[in-house]
Amino acid sequence: MTKLTLLQINNLEIEFPSRKSVLRAVDNVSLSLEKGDILGIVGESGAGKSTVGNALIGLLEPPGQMTKGEIFLDGNRIDNLPDSEKQKIRGKEIGMIFQDPLTSLNPLQTIENQLVETINLHLELGENDARQRAVELLDQVGIPDPDVRVKQYPHQFSGGMRQRVVVALALCAEPNLIIADEPTTALDVSIQAQILDLMRGLCKEKQVGMVIITHDMGVIADITDRVAVMYRGRLVEHGATEKILGNPDHPYTQSLISAVPRPDIKLIRFPQVTYIEDVAEKNTEIDITEHWLGKAREYETAPGPLVELKNISMRFTTKPAFLRKNRIFLDAVNNVSLDIHEGEVFGLVGESGSGKSTVARIICGLYTPVSGAINFAGTELTALKKQSDLDPFRKQMQMIFQDPYSSLNPRMRVLDIVAEPILFHQLAETRREVEIIVKDLLEHVGLGAQSAVRYPHEFSGGQRQRISIARALATRPRFLICDEPTSALDVSIQAQILNLLKDLQEELGLTMLFISHDLPVIRQMCDRVGVMKDGFLCEMKETEVLFENPEHEYTQHLLNLMPRLEGLSLEGLDMQPQPNQN
Amino acid sequence: MTENKYPISLLDFLGQMRDSDLWFSFTRSPVIVTSACVTLLYLIVTIFAPLIAPHDPFDLASIDLLDASLPPFWMDDGEFRFILGTDDQGRDILSTIIYGSRISLFVGFASVIFSLILGVGLGLISGYVGGRLDAFIMRVADVQLSFPAILIALLVDGLARTLLPREHHDEVALYVLVFAIGISGWVQYARTVRGQTLVEKGKEYVQAARVIGIRKWTILLRHILPNVTGPVLVIATIHLAIAIITEATLSFLGVGVPPTTPSLGTLIRIGNDFLFSGEWWITIFPGVALVLLVLAVNLLGDWLRDALNPKLR
Repeated sequence: MTKLTLLQINNLEIEFPSRKSVLRAVDNVSLSLEKGDILGIVGESGAGKSTVGNALIGLLEPPGQMTKGEIFLDGNRIDNLPDSEKQKIRGKEIGMIFQDPLTSLNPLQTIENQLVETINLHLELGENDARQRAVELLDQVGIPDPDVRVKQYPHQFSGGMRQRVVVALALCAEPNLIIADEPTTALDVSIQAQILDLMRGLCKEKQVGMVIITHDMGVIADITDRVAVMYRGRLVEHGATEKILGNPDHPYTQSLISAVPRPDIKLIRFPQVTYIEDVAEKNTEIDITEHWLGKAREYETAPGPLVELKNISMRFTTKPAFLRKNRIFLDAVNNVSLDIHEGEVFGLVGESGSGKSTVARIICGLYTPVSGAINFAGTELTALKKQSDLDPFRKQMQMIFQDPYSSLNPRMRVLDIVAEPILFHQLAETRREVEIIVKDLLEHVGLGAQSAVRYPHEFSGGQRQRISIARALATRPRFLICDEPTSALDVSIQAQILNLLKDLQEELGLTMLFISHDLPVIRQMCDRVGVMKDGFLCEMKETEVLFENPEHEYTQHLLNLMPRLEGLSLEGLDMQPQPNQN
Repeated sequence: MTENKYPISLLDFLGQMRDSDLWFSFTRSPVIVTSACVTLLYLIVTIFAPLIAPHDPFDLASIDLLDASLPPFWMDDGEFRFILGTDDQGRDILSTIIYGSRISLFVGFASVIFSLILGVGLGLISGYVGGRLDAFIMRVADVQLSFPAILIALLVDGLARTLLPREHHDEVALYVLVFAIGISGWVQYARTVRGQTLVEKGKEYVQAARVIGIRKWTILLRHILPNVTGPVLVIATIHLAIAIITEATLSFLGVGVPPTTPSLGTLIRIGNDFLFSGEWWITIFPGVALVLLVLAVNLLGDWLRDALNPKLR
């Protein structure tokens, strides 16, 4: 090897001993990185990628410990140094960028103080030179008016700006290596692209090595030179980014890549992703004419759309006050009108705070709109005031929530969770019948019937989302609202859940409102899409038309920011024929 | 199938207990095991007081004034019949302590249950309904918090004495005491439960229940209540110690239970008069009994708080 390796990891092994067993979080991982290179470590939750990052900077959380292996930085072994030496290396030799810009800056100190403190700690500079350098750093990370902004406090910066400051902090002492753990996960897409550009530019310009730890294939494709794929603590594949994305060798990498929602083409369904958590494969198709889910579906079919929103507006009080004039409001939804037809999947897309979730909650009655009307199958829901009048409609529409960890009552067994809507709406005669229905539902969403007696905490995120789906189906709905159902899940689990939703939608002829901030997911799932920004509905069109010919300025902007993911492997994909352009 | 509605049997439950983190942290600390044993001992002894106590201090026939003011058995004039000596009327100190602890524990548990029901109820309503009702309940709580608990208990007791006819007072004194201590302790529960309810109310499982159409009160009782009980148990354990102390203080001041059914506090007060004439055992032993009980319960409460708090694990 002629070129000097910046970072060399040999046979790293990290264990977390617990009371009952020893968990091997990282197993025999060897990696190397050269100056000016960007290495991505990608994997799903629990793959051990963050643990590798923490081991590099000597900040393993106890009781984790390195049981084997060596780490060299610039040819010097660093893993066996005493803590005081490691502390000197952190910041001086290795800079760090963490996930959440809200918590990685001290809110009580000006940006200048924080930068100067770090500079003084590692570099021999005078007070004035250090301040000068602080301003230069802010300028380098692209913060306008750096000499003014440097005197400000973190709360005066937006999320993206704060992450730029964090990048500046990492660069303070001119480190040779930067470790970034999910640097853009907490940011919106538009800001993510800017930060990634910045990080890549700085790396190349200053010849700094960078390790980026992420679960996001988009980030990997955008910024890295080489990728290491981790799966359950092991390094399964390692190589140049184009090679790994375009022509992966290992079956895990292949299934991971095929599970990434593609922004460019619409698939009929995600290829069956192996290598993921064990789910009982759905073996029975539901025959709607005989199955319980198909009973009592003789809803009167009113002419026109199934769901119709007319000029819906919603405002929240952000500052309550006794006098009306002193109150401060936030207009979350402004004059939104849309209609969803029987049997279609309607998508709502927008950045956080655009009001898309509020729309969903208005439709299912969690919020009462300030003005406007909601029609469901020809009945005006907003005119119904009594709870009991609403019950027949509640039965027909159900919702699947975003966070699988808080959407199930932790004190109830799965059986009771799924049985609750059946009992409430009296959809079954006896308790025994309810139990049979629940077990059948659980089997249909890919969980075994035996899961009924367990509690939610015994399940993973994806499995919990399946329980949520089973609960939503338990009222025999015909309209299903999915509010970011997969944004908290790993990409391969997401593919499974999206497949399940597609299957159920087809089998049961469900109408769906699908909300997401993720454009590729929207493209895969929806027939028609509405784009929301700041409470307004900007554009509403057929999905393919919208993606090919966006009209509204904001839609074009969003589509431009979408990670391109060029060069992804196309192997084994189930593509939908391109729609005719007419 | 239908008769065995909950397939988790008691045996399974005990097995789960043994594997749980709580049991593990329990067995790891000898102090806590000792505290638990002491508390358990108190409970058993007081529940079966008539069987365990060597004498019945309230049976006038068995009391002999000739036995008055005997010291504990290991001292010169002590007799083995009265292990911890006797008081000025010839009553066995050990037996009065056992019967006294019975009153103390009863008042402690009863007032904790009373505060708990009141506090949890108001906290749930306050947190879930919100708005003006919430503001009202919380302001009442603030006002109450600005008085020392003992003052409120004294006030309630004083009111009861004025309002109730004298001859009936002794009969209901115990319940007045429970009410007085209970009413002075609900704020803690209400505040904690309100905070917890606000957190749980925002979670998606509550919204899911609302989307199904489930009514407000059912959501409150079936979904939110079970999820706010963890901290309540911790408060209740610590509150039990405080309630026992409050009762002892009130009785010591002479406004608690009547002297005919003495609690530990009453015993300490009675013994206090003899402290300077040399009969120290009349007040010291009930005092030690009180300290032991409160210390054990307090330690248990502290441990429970730490063990259930995931941040400290």
